[in-house]
Amino acid sequence: MSSRTPSRAGFLALALALLALLGVPSAHAADDGSVRVVLLQLRDADFDGKTELIEKLVTLDHPRIAVILKALSDSRLYYQEEGDRVVIGLGDAADIAIEDAVSGAALGKAGKRDLDRITANNRLRSLIEDRLASLGLASTDPRQRKAAVEAFLRNPDPAGAERLRARLAVETDNELKDLLTTALTLADLASDDAAVRAKAATALGGRLQPELRGPLARMAAEDNDPVAREAARIALTRTEFRLQMLGWAETLFFGLSLGSVLILAAIGLAVTFGVMGVINMAHGELMMLGAYTTWLVQQWLPVNWSLPVAVPLAFLVAALVGIAIERGIIRFLYGRPLETLLATFGVSLILQQAVRSIFSPLNRSVATPDWMSGTILLGPLEVTLNRLVILGFCIAVFALLWLALQRTRLGLEVRAVAQNRAMARAMGVRSARVDALTFGLGSGIAGVAGVALSQLTNVGPNLGQSYIVDSFMVVVFGGVGNLWGTLVAGLSLGVANKLLEPWSGAVLAKILVLVFLILFIQKRPRGLFPQRGRAAEV
Amino acid sequence: MTKTMPKFLPWLAAGALTLGAALAHAADTIKVGVLHSLSGTMAISETTLKDTVLMLVDEQNKKGGLLGKKLEAVVVDPASNWPLFAEKARELLQKEKVAVVFGCWTSVSRKSVLPVFEELNGILFYPVQYEGEESSKNVFYTGAAPNQQAIPAVDYLMKDLGVKRWVLAGTDYVYPRTTNKILEAYLKAKGVKDEDIMINYTPFGHSDWQSIVANIKKFGSAGKKTAVVSTINGDANVPFYKELGNQGVSAKDIPVVAFSVGEEELSGIDTKPLVGHLAAWNYFMSIKSKANDAFIKDWHAFIKNPKRVTNDPMEAHYIGFNMWVKAVEKAKTTAPDKVIDAMIGIEFPNLTGGVAKMLPNHHLTKPVFIGEIQADGQFDVVWKTKDLVPGDAWSDFLPGSKDIIADWADPKIKCGNYNTVTKTCSGQNYK
Repeated sequence: MSSRTPSRAGFLALALALLALLGVPSAHAADDGSVRVVLLQLRDADFDGKTELIEKLVTLDHPRIAVILKALSDSRLYYQEEGDRVVIGLGDAADIAIEDAVSGAALGKAGKRDLDRITANNRLRSLIEDRLASLGLASTDPRQRKAAVEAFLRNPDPAGAERLRARLAVETDNELKDLLTTALTLADLASDDAAVRAKAATALGGRLQPELRGPLARMAAEDNDPVAREAARIALTRTEFRLQMLGWAETLFFGLSLGSVLILAAIGLAVTFGVMGVINMAHGELMMLGAYTTWLVQQWLPVNWSLPVAVPLAFLVAALVGIAIERGIIRFLYGRPLETLLATFGVSLILQQAVRSIFSPLNRSVATPDWMSGTILLGPLEVTLNRLVILGFCIAVFALLWLALQRTRLGLEVRAVAQNRAMARAMGVRSARVDALTFGLGSGIAGVAGVALSQLTNVGPNLGQSYIVDSFMVVVFGGVGNLWGTLVAGLSLGVANKLLEPWSGAVLAKILVLVFLILFIQKRPRGLFPQRGRAAEV
Repeated sequence: MTKTMPKFLPWLAAGALTLGAALAHAADTIKVGVLHSLSGTMAISETTLKDTVLMLVDEQNKKGGLLGKKLEAVVVDPASNWPLFAEKARELLQKEKVAVVFGCWTSVSRKSVLPVFEELNGILFYPVQYEGEESSKNVFYTGAAPNQQAIPAVDYLMKDLGVKRWVLAGTDYVYPRTTNKILEAYLKAKGVKDEDIMINYTPFGHSDWQSIVANIKKFGSAGKKTAVVSTINGDANVPFYKELGNQGVSAKDIPVVAFSVGEEELSGIDTKPLVGHLAAWNYFMSIKSKANDAFIKDWHAFIKNPKRVTNDPMEAHYIGFNMWVKAVEKAKTTAPDKVIDAMIGIEFPNLTGGVAKMLPNHHLTKPVFIGEIQADGQFDVVWKTKDLVPGDAWSDFLPGSKDIIADWADPKIKCGNYNTVTKTCSGQNYK
């Protein structure tokens, strides 16, 4: 049901373009004057009055009606005292360009506080959408036709059913035919004939459109014919069963998605803590820097292009800061974990307050690109695009990191130093340089994780804090020094959390996972995949 | 330990005639304490309020100060640390000897400083909407009580939108828990059945809303109009709204009415997917009035950023500060007992029309507005109460507090927790 929103918006725009182009030629088109009269009434009317006026506008045959209604729905319709007219505003700035609502003539710029916005509420927006949608049934674009049928599903009326029946006879698109049949069957639920009602109810069983469940539930409870009532009840049970199955699949996806976020947050730590043994409490703040980099990039580039640019930049920024921390502080503290912990905790506080002073303590708004918004259908399962992209991104980052550690010279040196520092140095590895680069690598990945997090959560000074505990949890659970362990641990903790959540609530789910972890670490202190051999003894 | 903020310096220079003179005659100033977190998790909300008080002090000084003296703001940073709030409050009252304190955001910080203010007999103005069930002699509650925000919002959803099924979603702490308890009792009194109410709590800073939003969607697809009443607080709101937008829960299907989301919170979100979701407040920046336009203009000039928004708690401080000024002028002293007595009955115009009045229970009369989120991050008012609503400290919908009233004016009662049935005063009892 949810993919409706973006496609609806798209459809509206298309419908408008079409209507504007065609100009809806008519034998008795309303003149500008009568539209102006209604618009001026619109200004002072309450919401009930506006409902009536919108219905009146729809009956007026004027080429600008669709544009005006769309503007009202988007809160872009204003009354301008100077000139006593209704105008449409374009853009979001404090000074906006305006055009005359009726003639469409450009009127220059006006300050927003000098214009009176003609307000709409949700009820009016639904009404406008339905009115505009019903105009789209004959459109050549299947998306518009689909939106028209969906508008009917939400609000079935006998007149609409006739139009749909006429459309079904000429419709060629198979998906739409199916939807049309469903819509007409829904109309049959209101039939006077109990047998028709029962047959329609049976046909609707197992269909997942959320609009169908309300009428079916009402029928199962209230229909005065026992056969029809029973048919509705069975249909409802079938729908519930399919929804149940879908619910499980959905939970699994949610778990994997939460897991992918945990992995992204933890994988940089798996390098610095796992491979180097440095407890870096400022890891979260490196993610925060990555998120702020994304925000900065969005100030310069269009939103749709910003993320591909932000990823390498965030890596660079966080890596440089990471190297500075390693060279400036951590290298003096190797082998003293407690001091390292305290020093990096201090660094994390300094970074937080620095960001607070430079960018203000308020959150920054990072926009989501269009290609990451909305939902996509995977079979019958509807998944959110941003989560899917982040899941894929997480796998890509993991694969790249694994390749870097296994297949490059630096990776080889990193592993050598991690296994036996003294021996590696004896073999000519410059361990100080390797330490700095490893720390830079881990920090850079944290920065990249920050880009992903900017799409999910607040970009503010506290971003890092909320993820640092989870990251350590994943690394410790997976086994220190093991990338695969981090992967498995992240995914399983994510899925476990999501399986528990519907049953126990979010607060308890988190507690249960932590309790389980404590018990697990008691039993297996080295995590899921402990490092074996002499390296583990160091 | 007084933290002098950078923005504080230009004020000192401009506000006082000369810096040297002001310091030399320190006794000639009236000190105003500002107890808002400037670091830590709450800095996001509270820093703005600190700036608001500084602006108000600045304006009062331009008008010639108070009782012939200049006002001097003393800013401390309790760093979002609840016990530190109590320490800093003690520092303000004992060491700095401030005449009044403007501060706190979360209920837990207010509860933390309450014993200090009662022990040292200070005055605190608390500017944020809260769960009620409290009335202290030493605290003036300039934000909304539940009957000035939550109850009218639910009424609107029930009557105007025909909502039949309710999701009460909140962060897991005292304000949402108490508010939801009140709302649940209220809804049941209105005939809503158990199975039509879903209550959900999440931890502070919850960031993964996938399953909860999916649950809300499922709950809302039962054929009855469904709405979400959100007492989700602070940072958790952004991922919540992002998830709503992504899963396509539009305000037309399932509207969300929030009690903790204002202009400031929205300025950190991309609001396009949120158009039509609702918030209930006693002030919106978009409301046009001469007073509001002037306030916004002053704020932009003071903060030197024309993009900064104003919000409800800022108005609460604006009203509270000006009421305190009037009370001090009326009492002709800043002595706490005299000012506290003078406060009751003081009136000051709201920024959005109507006149706020300080009631004997230390709460205000307020208009209630329901606004819909717009694409530009502002709210459009879609509904408002006909008259001002007097704040009710003790909710009438909770069995424990039904018979309890607060009255600090009536000499026979003088109590913040007075049981009208047993005629006894328990707790917060000052004669």
